[in-house]
Amino acid sequence: MSQADLSIHGQVSRSQATEVMTAPTFSVPAKQMAMWLFIIADSMTFAGCLVAYGFIRNATPNWPRPFHSITNVAIMTFILLTSSLTMLFGVRSADKGDKGGAVRWTMITAALGILFAVLHLREWMGMIGEGATLFHNPWGTPLFSSLFFSITGLHLTHVTGGVIALIVVALRYQGGRYNADDIEITGLYWHFVDLVWMFVVPLVYLLNLAH
Amino acid sequence: MTTETHSGSMGKDLILYVVLLALAAIQFVIAYQDISASQMFVRMLSVAIIEAGLALLFFMHLAENRGLMWFVLIFIVAVALGLQYGWTDAFRISNGVPWAK
Repeated sequence: MSQADLSIHGQVSRSQATEVMTAPTFSVPAKQMAMWLFIIADSMTFAGCLVAYGFIRNATPNWPRPFHSITNVAIMTFILLTSSLTMLFGVRSADKGDKGGAVRWTMITAALGILFAVLHLREWMGMIGEGATLFHNPWGTPLFSSLFFSITGLHLTHVTGGVIALIVVALRYQGGRYNADDIEITGLYWHFVDLVWMFVVPLVYLLNLAH
Repeated sequence: MTTETHSGSMGKDLILYVVLLALAAIQFVIAYQDISASQMFVRMLSVAIIEAGLALLFFMHLAENRGLMWFVLIFIVAVALGLQYGWTDAFRISNGVPWAK
């Protein structure tokens, strides 16, 4: 043991201090910790948007309830939840060192994300066709359309970014440039996108269902 | 960078997936109940919080890392609670100012 490693007067030795300073926070790799910090920050963004939507909805008399069918949003929810499962399978395959399985499940997840985005855009086109835009709402207060397109648009942006990330990470993992941790980190982001949708559906869609 | 593995199996993942689907279905059932908007809001939000909790704990593996779980929850809950300060104003706008009448 070197002189620097010895404890002096009961103080922490240099090697002990180095160990503490270099140990990963909460025992997770640094890149994963960075993703968690991003998720915390992003959840605050969505929380701010959804609470602001709640304030405005509550303070606006005769809030419109334009949705007559839940079929499309139910299918979208099913697809996104299923994509979380396939992502989980991808992470488990990567954990086991099954590279082919991890890439396959991650690509299936990306495909489900694309399907979700297509259904979302189809719904948007239907609403725009009825005259709803960011600044105009045929069913009453324009605030409804502004909030609907802003919140679902923010979520759709996250889905689009997630799909791109999934494809890039899967290809690089296949090529050997990324490892299983990178698949898991992208999976964390994808689960977060799914988690946000669990709040968007009841607040933005189901509470505005026509009875 | 170290690769960490997670406990659990694909069978457990499937069970959790079915539970989450069932919870999502409950939200859709609530949407068709003949109750007030505030009751509907509370019920749907409660189900959404349970769904999110399950996803965080098991899909995102927070159940395996208690330290990280508290770190994440403290920030999210603190901000979510902090954002509630404006509700009184939202009610004031919709209901008028009772003390001014």
